[in-house]
Formats: sequence, C-alpha cells, structure tokens
Amino acid sequence: MKISVTVNGQTHESDVEPRTLLVQYVREDLGLTGTNIGCDTSSCGACSLHLDGEAVKSCTVLAVQADGSQVTTIEGLATDGKMHPMQDAFMQNHGLQCGFCTPGMVMAAISLLRENANPTEEEVRIGLEGNLCRCTGYHNIVQSILACAKGGK
Amino acid sequence: MIPSLFDYKRASSAAEAISLVTEYGDDAKFLAGGHSLLPLMKLRLAAPSVLVDIGRLKDLSYITDAGSYIAIGALTRHMDVETSSILKQHVPLLACAAGHVGDPQVRHRGTIGGSIAHADSASDLPATTLALGATYVVQGASGTREIAAADFYKGFLESALQPDEMLTEIRVPKMNGAGWSFQKFNRRAQDWAIVGVAAWRGNGGSGVALVNMGSTPVLATGVAAALASGASVADAAELAAAQADPQSDLNASAEYRVHLAKVLVRRALEEATK
Repeated sequence: MKISVTVNGQTHESDVEPRTLLVQYVREDLGLTGTNIGCDTSSCGACSLHLDGEAVKSCTVLAVQADGSQVTTIEGLATDGKMHPMQDAFMQNHGLQCGFCTPGMVMAAISLLRENANPTEEEVRIGLEGNLCRCTGYHNIVQSILACAKGGK
Repeated sequence: MIPSLFDYKRASSAAEAISLVTEYGDDAKFLAGGHSLLPLMKLRLAAPSVLVDIGRLKDLSYITDAGSYIAIGALTRHMDVETSSILKQHVPLLACAAGHVGDPQVRHRGTIGGSIAHADSASDLPATTLALGATYVVQGASGTREIAAADFYKGFLESALQPDEMLTEIRVPKMNGAGWSFQKFNRRAQDWAIVGVAAWRGNGGSGVALVNMGSTPVLATGVAAALASGASVADAAELAAAQADPQSDLNASAEYRVHLAKVLVRRALEEATK
C-alpha cells in the first residue's frame, strides 16, 4: 500500500505491506535505527517516537496508520548540529548508562513535558511508567527531565 | 514479531466500516487504536484476513453532556477520557480509571470503544463502565441498538456484539456527586491489574465491579445488595467474590485473587463512603 509519511521534516512516499510496523518502517525502510526495538510487546518503551507530536510505541502501530502523519524520531531532535534541550539534560545529568532505553526515554520525556510543563518528581516518575531501564538508571533519568523542565525548555 | 498477512481497508464513515465487515464477515476485524488487537496479531493469537481501519473516523471521538448521562464516542482515546473536564466533573471514576490504562504512550493510541469491544476482563474500562451502569450503542447493517453493560460481556474476549456490528457510543450515567474509588493492584505500574475494583456509592445506591476476577468483568451484586440492606462496609466487602470465578495464573492463584478482591473492595468502599 502506498503511504506518505513526513519523518523528521522530510516527506517519504513509500509502498509498504499493510502488516509493516511503524518501527520496522523507520528502521529498515528509512534507515533510522535510533529508535530501538526492545520487548516488541508495547511494554518497554524503547521504540517510543512522536506521532503527530505525541509519544507512541511504534512496535504497536502499523506504518499504514501513520499515513499522512508527522513522525519525529530521536534523529530528528537536534537542530543545526545542536542537541535538543532534553538530550542535553540527559548528558549533563548522566541520564543514561548502557543507552538502549535512552531514545525512547527522551521521546517520552519530551511528550511528557508538552502535556505537563512543570511536573513534580512524582509526576515525572508516573509519566515514565511506559519506559523501562534495565540498568535501573531511573534516578538520573528523572533528574534529567526535571532539569530540562526547570530550564524552561 | 510481524502479524500474518492481511488486507487493509480504510473506512471513511461508520456506514462504510459496517458495510466492509458485512462483506468480509468473520474474517474481518475493526482496527481502532490497535493496542489490544495488534499485540494479539503479532503473537499470532489473532490472524484476521482483513483489517477495517476505523481509526480516522474523528466524528466518533467526542465527550458530550447529554443531560442525565455523558455520551462518549467509541473512538475517544484513553488520554482524552482521562483529561476530560466534563468527565472529571460528572463521572470522575471513569476519568480516573482511564488514567490507569497502560501508560501514556498506550493512552495516546488506545480507545475506550476498542477496549470495551475487546471485552478483556483484565482491562480497566469494561469493569468500570459496568460498575457505572453504562449503556453501549452499537450500529449494524440492520440499524442501531443499545446494550446494557450488564448484558454485554459473554465470555473470555466475547461480547454481545455481532460480527457486522460496531460499537459507536458509550453512555455513562452522571454520578451526581457520589463517592467513588478505583483500586488497581499490580506488580508494575503499566501492567494489567492482578485484581482491580471500580466502585461508587451515594444517592441511595452503589455499584461495584471487579477487574480480572473471571472470564468477564464481574458486577459484585452481592456487595451492593448487602450495602442496601444496611451491612457495614467490612461485612459487605466479604461478599466481594461471591459472583466471581477467578483463574490462577503466573501472577496469582485463584484463592489469592479472592482474598485480594475482598481487601480491595473494602478499601474502595471506605474511600467511596462519605
């Protein structure tokens, strides 16, 4: 089926099987491998990306469902070689260990702040319920998000 | 994990969607947010040969005050139910329960109609709308009919919906200030409830329904009857599992679920009793 999806500002006209998952489409058809596949059962959040501005788990969305939509992946956050404030906050606050969950964490965190610009620590922790860190590095992930929110970005 | 091959049809209206499933019969499934159906398809537990995508029917995404009840379009997302000011005011129990479904990413995609039509007893919204005495409006090739939530759930993932019928609206009576509580007991935040309880009490009545206490969501009619006849919350809660037939699984034995249901119903009624 023919679809048209704008990914990180660039529109792609693609012909996909209806059963193609959105995560498979961005990784294999578009070569954007920053979005990871973790559990593949919509539990871990590693595959989180933005679909029309909101975080979704792209292992549980079909590419055909994204037809006509705007998609942002971790690769689309930096502008002019400068990291997104959330990426910068993760770096400054050591918000990652092995890094596998990080793209999904960053995408979920940006979506969280769009819905709640000044969350409490508890709200950040609840807001991250859909993202798992197997290194258990939650403390600094939460600190990174709070720092980004305090930065007003 | 990739689903089996299927044909994909995108409906541009409810009538077209119903016409498509009528044409393809049992081989077709509606696709709304996909957060119940796609995981089953990826695990090859479901393999419909045709998916009829109704996810773009924006006219079925709404929350409106209809006087004695709130009308919710079937394609309203969990996030919109959770944050609705109309629901927070008139049916706060449902808004709260919607905020416990999955996680934010899931709530950005999943819909209330999809969750109810999927009829999973472990899901939060079937039991919550059952406790609230909701009515479901379904549309089929031969017209529209209303089904009481109490008559809707027939078995494990089975409902009163016919293959050519589509759930279009959920009507939830206003709570009129009644006390309420939603209890969800699980090991990890995003998990399904091991046992959950949706309860309200006030204005001379009560309603209690249980999540994951059998093959269907369970209306704990014994609890409501005991409260109506003057029983204490503690005594009424002892009847929590009287209508339930829970299963044992990796998370809990049936006996533990019965115990948990009594504890959670007591907590829920204590919170709901003003």
